[in-house]
Amino acid sequence: MPHLTVRIWRGADEGEYQSFSVPMRENQTVLDVVSEVQRSQDQSLSYRFACRVGVCGSCAMMVNGKPRWTCRTHIRSLKSGVVTIAPLRNMPRIKDLVTDMSGFIDKWGKAGNVFESERDRRDAPVAVDPSSPRRKAADAAIECINCGVCHAACDVVSWNDSYLGPAALNRAWSLVNDERHSRKKETMAAAMGDGGCGNCHSQGNCMAACPIGLSPTRSIAGLKKMSLMSLLGGSDV
Amino acid sequence: MSNPMFEMRLYLLQRLTAILMLPMVIGHLATILYATRSELTAASILERTQSSPWLVVFYTAFVVLVSIHAPLGLRKIMGEWLRFSPKLANRISVLLCLGFLGLGLRGVWALTGAAMP
Repeated sequence: MPHLTVRIWRGADEGEYQSFSVPMRENQTVLDVVSEVQRSQDQSLSYRFACRVGVCGSCAMMVNGKPRWTCRTHIRSLKSGVVTIAPLRNMPRIKDLVTDMSGFIDKWGKAGNVFESERDRRDAPVAVDPSSPRRKAADAAIECINCGVCHAACDVVSWNDSYLGPAALNRAWSLVNDERHSRKKETMAAAMGDGGCGNCHSQGNCMAACPIGLSPTRSIAGLKKMSLMSLLGGSDV
Repeated sequence: MSNPMFEMRLYLLQRLTAILMLPMVIGHLATILYATRSELTAASILERTQSSPWLVVFYTAFVVLVSIHAPLGLRKIMGEWLRFSPKLANRISVLLCLGFLGLGLRGVWALTGAAMP
């Protein structure tokens, strides 16, 4: 049986790649390979996963330099006899393939991303028109499951520590377009603040890397437009 | 920055100057192409530029816009790529702005001095 060479990051910020040889199989994902190494060669290897079918987003890692869901990345599709696997970029490393995602999650909070409603259970539900432009804009951004792939793909995040990043701003975009959200002004103020949408260079790495095809680039462009309108006095938030 | 909208205002300023400069860059290039391809001598070019008040207005506005736009872009590069502190990047940007203004307006004066009121 042919074998695949896998280079896996070991350690935290200080560390090195360790090579393993894994049997090549007909249908094999990168997550399968990491699991096989952990189960049959080195049980001290740390990594994260949960669902294994592209629902939870917890198995994201850098595969041959690109952030990807390892459970949805077939070894065959990489067209490479050597696979290099590292923890997600732009996040502190804890051990091996596990990163500390708390900074990434905190940035969601900093972008004003907690949904607030002025209504309670006694009020009738808001009638939301699914065909309104606002709702369509929110719907286009709303499927994000917070896996961190776009955050790892973003160069601006790597250059600028205060930048909130594509995931947090994409969430802010879905909220400012949600007619039920009662704190749109606060969300908008955070999204156009110092670490906000004005820092984005529209490189589109987030959009290219998103495993479910969302476009944080487009969401951030929407926030930029809204910010400029509000600074020019024509706010429609 | 003390004002949370400071960065956004600079962002707005950079975009607005870019929009205004876009037609001016085309005008500037057209002027250069015309001047260099129509076999005009340096003396005859100067003669024309020095008798045109429009050129004074056009290039003064252009220099002011460039002096705002370019340092704002360089400020971002200084922060993101060179990792300069915000304070240092701000100071260098202000110096660049003044430098571009000085050099640019001196150029406008030399080209169009005689046309000034």
